[in-house]
Amino acid sequence: MNNRRGVMIVIGALLALLIVTPYASSYVIVLITYALVYSILAMSLDILLGYTGLPSLGQAAYLGMGAYLTAILATQYDFGLGWDFWVVLVLGILVGAATAAFFGLFAIRATGVYFLMITLALGQCVWGLAYRWNSLTGGDNGINLPPRPQFGINLANDVTYFYIVFGCFAVSLLTLYILVKSPFGRSLEGIREREPRMRILGYNTWLHKYIAFVIAGGYGGLAGVLWAHLSGLVSPSDVLLTTSVDALLMVVLGGAGTLVGGVIGAALIVFLRDYLSTMVTWWLYVLGGVYILTILYLPGGLMGLLERIRRRRALSASPEKAEKLKSVVH
Amino acid sequence: MVSRLDGKLGWKLGLGCLAAGMSLSQIAAAAELRIGFIAPMTGIFAQVGKDMSNGFEMYLDEVGGSFAGAKVTFIVEDSEGKPPVAVRKAEKLIRQDNVQLFIGGLLASTGYALAPVSTRLKTAYLPSVAAADDLTQRDADKYPYVVRTGWTSSQPNHPFGEWACEQGYKRIVAIGADYAFGYEVVGGFQKAFEDCGGKIIQKIWPPLGTKDFGPYIPTMKKDADAIFSLMVGPMSLQFPKQLANAGIKKPVLGGGTSYDEFVLPAMGDEVIGHVSALQYSAALETPKNAAFVKKYREKYGKVPSYYSESNYTTAQMIHEVMKQTKGQWPGTEKFVAMLAKVKLDAVRGPVTLDDMRNPVHNIYIKKIEKKKMFGYDKDELWNTVIKTYPNVSQFWKYGKTEFLKQPVYSREFPPCKYCE
Repeated sequence: MNNRRGVMIVIGALLALLIVTPYASSYVIVLITYALVYSILAMSLDILLGYTGLPSLGQAAYLGMGAYLTAILATQYDFGLGWDFWVVLVLGILVGAATAAFFGLFAIRATGVYFLMITLALGQCVWGLAYRWNSLTGGDNGINLPPRPQFGINLANDVTYFYIVFGCFAVSLLTLYILVKSPFGRSLEGIREREPRMRILGYNTWLHKYIAFVIAGGYGGLAGVLWAHLSGLVSPSDVLLTTSVDALLMVVLGGAGTLVGGVIGAALIVFLRDYLSTMVTWWLYVLGGVYILTILYLPGGLMGLLERIRRRRALSASPEKAEKLKSVVH
Repeated sequence: MVSRLDGKLGWKLGLGCLAAGMSLSQIAAAAELRIGFIAPMTGIFAQVGKDMSNGFEMYLDEVGGSFAGAKVTFIVEDSEGKPPVAVRKAEKLIRQDNVQLFIGGLLASTGYALAPVSTRLKTAYLPSVAAADDLTQRDADKYPYVVRTGWTSSQPNHPFGEWACEQGYKRIVAIGADYAFGYEVVGGFQKAFEDCGGKIIQKIWPPLGTKDFGPYIPTMKKDADAIFSLMVGPMSLQFPKQLANAGIKKPVLGGGTSYDEFVLPAMGDEVIGHVSALQYSAALETPKNAAFVKKYREKYGKVPSYYSESNYTTAQMIHEVMKQTKGQWPGTEKFVAMLAKVKLDAVRGPVTLDDMRNPVHNIYIKKIEKKKMFGYDKDELWNTVIKTYPNVSQFWKYGKTEFLKQPVYSREFPPCKYCE
């Protein structure tokens, strides 16, 4: 029942966002769109970090693959600037998933810190390609995209593009929610909690982790396609380690293993970084402070805060119960 | 369902926003001039960014904060030295702050990233430092709202290549930062140097931000006559020091940023005698520059670099246009056209703009000397001007059409014909 209430709150919040955004100032619309693209990336990482217990530091690689694919198709082959935008969207997902399928062969063997290091190295390989393969990627200059696609509707309009990104985001959230609630998702959680036991129970844990890794890559690729058209520029510094770290921080800040946590983290970081930074020069301290406070006092992220409030309320609402709990403690 | 919804709603709302934005900027135009400024304020290039904004603010202070009656609102945004961040900040300046024009961008890659924003959002962009060649060359048509007030990377290095020939150098090793600006500076030098009979016998590309040149210095050919270096920011300090430590005493030539006044005061005596080329030197002996250096130094406690001069001059050029319009914002297109016609006696010398909206100005060949200048009582390093090439355009002696036929300078072009 509680679960259903959570879903209703999320749906309500998203509807509110959908209705309110078009009335915001044009810069805020762009920022919200950035936050949504980051949210897709953060959610994809959450599948690994939060549900499977695999701390990946290479998620930017898939974003980069999707983004560079979009940019290269658009500038060198004039592809993806009309209705075939949808084709590029699918291709972006596929290229992200394919890259993850390849990287997964190396990464999935490891766990913990070793997994972190391998994904970091693989992610930096993609950055190296982007930076060095001048003829294809434009090197350090990156690639400037032509104006956004037009096919009856004009994506160059920021509000329209917001709707497209919002649609992709909503579909991602829904599919990922179904995924984590499915038996497959449950088995991932089982792997996170105790992999040897899952293995003894007869699960092929390697395969489960591998599939989760590939799925996360696919959503990363999707975020990349949307990112490329949003920013209008694909640059190696998008693929850099800092983007992966950002995604990781978003998930941790919002609360790993909640899906929605990544979204909250993304929104918070984008606005602190791109909105607060335009008002005060000491915004970096605020961001740092938020990180430290979250890690010290909210190991479960901001979603953990909600959870904590709810529990306290439940306790105060039924004092006898609280009394009982206390007596158990003593 | 989503696409049907946005078709109608998005269109109307977009139009509404556009109308609101337009009326806002028109109201703002009558009373004030809103200028956005993008430079790295954090990260390894933060100090360069500070030099840039200092230059502009100094001019603004001199004229009391208004250009011909238009009160100037100057908004600085931090690019962190990353092109995508610069793009986001430009969006913010234009959408949120309704600036009429924006200035800045340090790295060549940032210039290439910001120019499309100016086209997309129809706002004037003045790259005062970002020297990416193609902004005012092969891609100039794509960016109708770009007016460069700084320089193109290859511009000072064409005459410099010729100068190197005159000194009798035959074989030169080039070592340059591995990104667009590096390729264009080294490319320009190589083109001119090889056209008059010189040979570049080796090209080495350490990554941008390299601090340890240990892996590169020993690989440099021992039988070269001279070394051509292109360093940026903190790299500039390390390279000559490590070169001297390695015991290499060959003549060193450098792209402008290898030895400009941003790094010069922090350099050791090992750089004395090194030669570089740029459109500005703080040791330029003109009354205008002497006054500029003294005033800048008094205000900010350091000698102005070309980053400061370029932005100071940019402010002056905008002021010239506003004088003609009596403080009224003429609209983006008209502003661009008027700015492109400005003729100025600037601190760096006479400046005009060519028909692709890039400055034509003097190029100074500068040799580092330790001496006293402008009445300061200490011996300091100065970029003494040893030769002036007057009114150099970005096309040098090649002519516009001929020059534009060749591809933009890159890692592969000009090809290293004489590499051994």
